[in-house]
This record gives sequence, C-alpha cells and structure tokens, in this order.
Amino acid sequence: MTEVLLDARGISLGYPREHGWQSVLENFDLQLAPGEVITILGPSGVGKSSLLRVLAGLQQARAGSVSLLGEPLQGPHPRLAVAFQDPSLLPWLSLESNVAFGLDFARQPKLAASERRARIDHAIEAVGLQHAREQYPAQLSGGMAQRTALARCLARQPQVLLLDEPFGALDEVTRADMQQLLLQLIARHNTAAILITHDIDEALLLSDRVLLLGNHPARTLGQWLIDLPQPREQRVEELGALRIDILKTLRRASRTPEPDSQPMPLPSETAHVPGRLHPHSS
Amino acid sequence: MGRHAIHGALGVAGLLGLLLLWWLGVHVFGEADGLSARFSPQATLGSLIELLGQGEVYEHIWVSLKRILIGLLLALLIGVPLGLLVGSYRHLEAATTPAFQFLRMISPLSWMPVVVMLMGVGDQPIYFLLAFAALWPILLNTAAGVRQLDPRWLQLSRSLSATRWETLCKVIIPGVLGHVLTGVRLAIGILWIVLVPCEMLGVSAGLGYFILDTRDRLAYSELMAMVLLIGVLGFMLDALARGLHRRWVHA
Repeated sequence: MTEVLLDARGISLGYPREHGWQSVLENFDLQLAPGEVITILGPSGVGKSSLLRVLAGLQQARAGSVSLLGEPLQGPHPRLAVAFQDPSLLPWLSLESNVAFGLDFARQPKLAASERRARIDHAIEAVGLQHAREQYPAQLSGGMAQRTALARCLARQPQVLLLDEPFGALDEVTRADMQQLLLQLIARHNTAAILITHDIDEALLLSDRVLLLGNHPARTLGQWLIDLPQPREQRVEELGALRIDILKTLRRASRTPEPDSQPMPLPSETAHVPGRLHPHSS
Repeated sequence: MGRHAIHGALGVAGLLGLLLLWWLGVHVFGEADGLSARFSPQATLGSLIELLGQGEVYEHIWVSLKRILIGLLLALLIGVPLGLLVGSYRHLEAATTPAFQFLRMISPLSWMPVVVMLMGVGDQPIYFLLAFAALWPILLNTAAGVRQLDPRWLQLSRSLSATRWETLCKVIIPGVLGHVLTGVRLAIGILWIVLVPCEMLGVSAGLGYFILDTRDRLAYSELMAMVLLIGVLGFMLDALARGLHRRWVHA
C-alpha cells in the first residue's frame, strides 16, 4: 500500500438553516499520495472551495476528518500551502516581500537567514519574475500576480499544494502558460497537489486523477485515473474520450431525482477507457 | 508635455491669479494713501523678506510646528488604537458612533475657556485642544480602514498559521495605514486652522501670538506677511502629508 500524505474521510459540508442543516456535500473521501496531482472537478455550487478550505485546515467540516501525514489536521499547517482564486498579494509589499511573507512567522519552521534568502530567490526564479522583484502588486499584470502567489507557496516548500481555481481569472494564453509552469514546479519539487476547477480541460491536462463532484447535495460521482505522459496537448483523442465520459456521468447524475431517499448507483465509479487509463484501485 | 506638467502650470497660473486679485482688491477698493496700502502685495512681500531675514520669525514657526507635531502625536496615540478597536467590534462601533459624531461637531475652540480654567495658561491647553481637534479624523478613518480590510488578506495570514499578534502587525496595521494617513492629512488641515486662534490666548510665542503682536505694534504689512506665511507653511504641511500617503499606497 502506498503512503498517504493527506487523508480525508467522510467529509460533509453544509450550512445551518432555520430548521437543521442545508447539506451541500456529503461523504467525501480522498487519499493523496506523494507527488500525485488530483483535480476536484465540479460545477459551481457544489462546495468545492469550502472543501478545499477544509482540506487546508481553514474551516471545520460538518462531519468527517482530515489527517496530514497520519496526524489529525487541527488547523493551517506549515507543510500545506494554499493558492487562492485571487492572488491575495499585500499591496504595500514588493513582489519579493510578498513571496517572503509568512516565512518568518512563529509557527513556521525556523529558517537560517541564508536558507531563507535562497528559498526566496529560487521561488522567484522558478516563476520567472527576477526582473520584477522590486515591483509592487499594483504594477503587476494578472498573470504576474498569480505567479507571485505561486512563488509564495513554493518558498515554503510545502509537501501538499492546494489550489483553488488559481487560473480562473486569467486569459487563455496566460492560463496555458501557468498550467505548464505548475506542472514543471510540481515535478521538480515532487510536491503533491490538489487542484479545484470547473474546467474539464484543465483537469484533463494537469492531473493524475480526476474526482468529479455533482448533484444536490454533492457527492463524488466518479473518478478517473489519467496515466498519460506530459505534455498532453497531443493526446487529443484519449482526452476527448475521457471528456465525453466525464460529461456523460455529470448529465446522468443531474437527471436522477434528489438522491436523499435512494443512493446514486455510481459513487466512485472508475473509468475504463481503453488504452492508457488504469482502473483505480482503492 | 505630460499631464503632470500641464496641471502644475495651471496651478501656478491659479496662484498668480490669486495674487492679481489681491493686488486689484487693495488697488480698487482701498484709498491710495490710506491704511490699505500697507496690506498690498508689494508691502507684504517686502515685509516678508525682511522678517525672513531676521531670526525671530523662525522661532515662532518652530514653536508652532512643535505644537502641531505634539498635538498630532497625541491624537495618533489615542486615535489609532481606539480606531482599531472600534473598527473591529460592531457593537463597540454602534455604541460609540453617536457620541463621537456629537463630540466631533463641537468646535475645539469652544472648549478653550474650560481647558484654560482646568489646565491654566501655557502650552498644555494648546496641546489638549490640538489633540482633541485632530483625534476625530484619525479615529474615524482608522475604524473605516479596519472595516474595509480585504478579507482575503486575513485568510492568507490564517493559512500561513499567523499568530494574532503577527496578523495585527503584518496585516491589519499595514492594511489600515493608508486610511490612517488619510486621517493624518485631514487632521493636519484642521490642526493648522485651530492652531492660530489657540495661540492667541496666554502664550508668548507661535504664529498666532505673532499675528496679535504685529497688530499691537501696528505693523500691518508684517501682519499680512504672517498671513501669507501661515498659508505657505500649511500648504507645505499638506503636501508632505499627501506625499507620505502616496508613497505608502504606491499609486
């Protein structure tokens, strides 16, 4: 059995209403292996962002548990880094200081000055922003700001990178660049990542495994292992077949009546697309 | 020519226009040989150059600036922490807003007799009145700054496991500093206006005192020179506050 970095079991999300709870997401399970990239895919309103916040220790789930490296996750953890939908840069700090932000916080691992310096330099270099390190967020383009946010995550050398639609606000070309950059960085640092997106193509291009959420309340409709080498742009046929399969699953789920009384017939369905796709063994 | 240069040139033209109006006003409405000639731009500028050539006026400027600085520091010491508190707690804000608005609308000068009775004459009542006048813009702007803090910055600081102290020092205080500086700029405007009448009571130095002194000496062109000087110094203080604000927000 492979080692599990992040282990989420039985996660349920909801919000309180006048009488009891409005359930949003039920019984979500996820096991992230070292170096693995998982995409959580789903339409708007299925609680993806809240789910990521739970996995990041920023929010309590209504039910279920999350553990990191075998220890229950009590709150934000130094080994976890989160990139939000918005770069969330601090406008009064230069790009370099934004990348360094948080490295010297009391609850982060202590770093020697030289090590700290080296990490900041490497992170800025990795996202290709050496020329702009003295600039301020107001002077950066959307793509540069998002790179800076990514560099801030990298400087902490996390074991798990959590990304909440980090490229959603970028134009197509910049987004494609950022996706490639993310893949390179993940490969180089052997970081595991969980990416939230509603973009099927992004999921297909980036991840080793896709989890599809859907329905009301949401649940995992299926998961697909994608064992295709990078870059995947040339694999249009295989990816196209997968794309259709995912869309079909989503449509089938939306046609079934409210699942409160009767469980969905296909939780954790595993894909068997001929060729490169391996059935998931869990 | 850039937009900045055009705006700068227009500003200078406006100031020259003001000078022309001043000259016209004295020339048209005053009698040629009467008292009003001593208020004319020529006489005023002559006196100003003369005053700046002597040492005395610098002492009065220094005393006045020191009072402004002390009043502003006192207002910051009280206003910023109080503003952080009021901005952080909705209930505290609800409880204090009417009281603050009430106190804010009382002219600080109307406290003058009370303060002099309690504190005696001298610098102390001036510090008190100045601090009291400068407090409100600083307090209210700081509180507004806290309310407008970007929740994403707080989320970021939480995701980095920041302690409460780190969040305060690294996110909240820098995050509201732009608003505090806006408050400081407004406060300097008020301070400068309140300072001169404050210095007309019971002190023996400062620009307000010097204005009364020139009146008593019947040195009217010097009086006008002081009015001009007060305007110039106030303009420079405001420019300084604006510059600080711009530097911080990197706009």
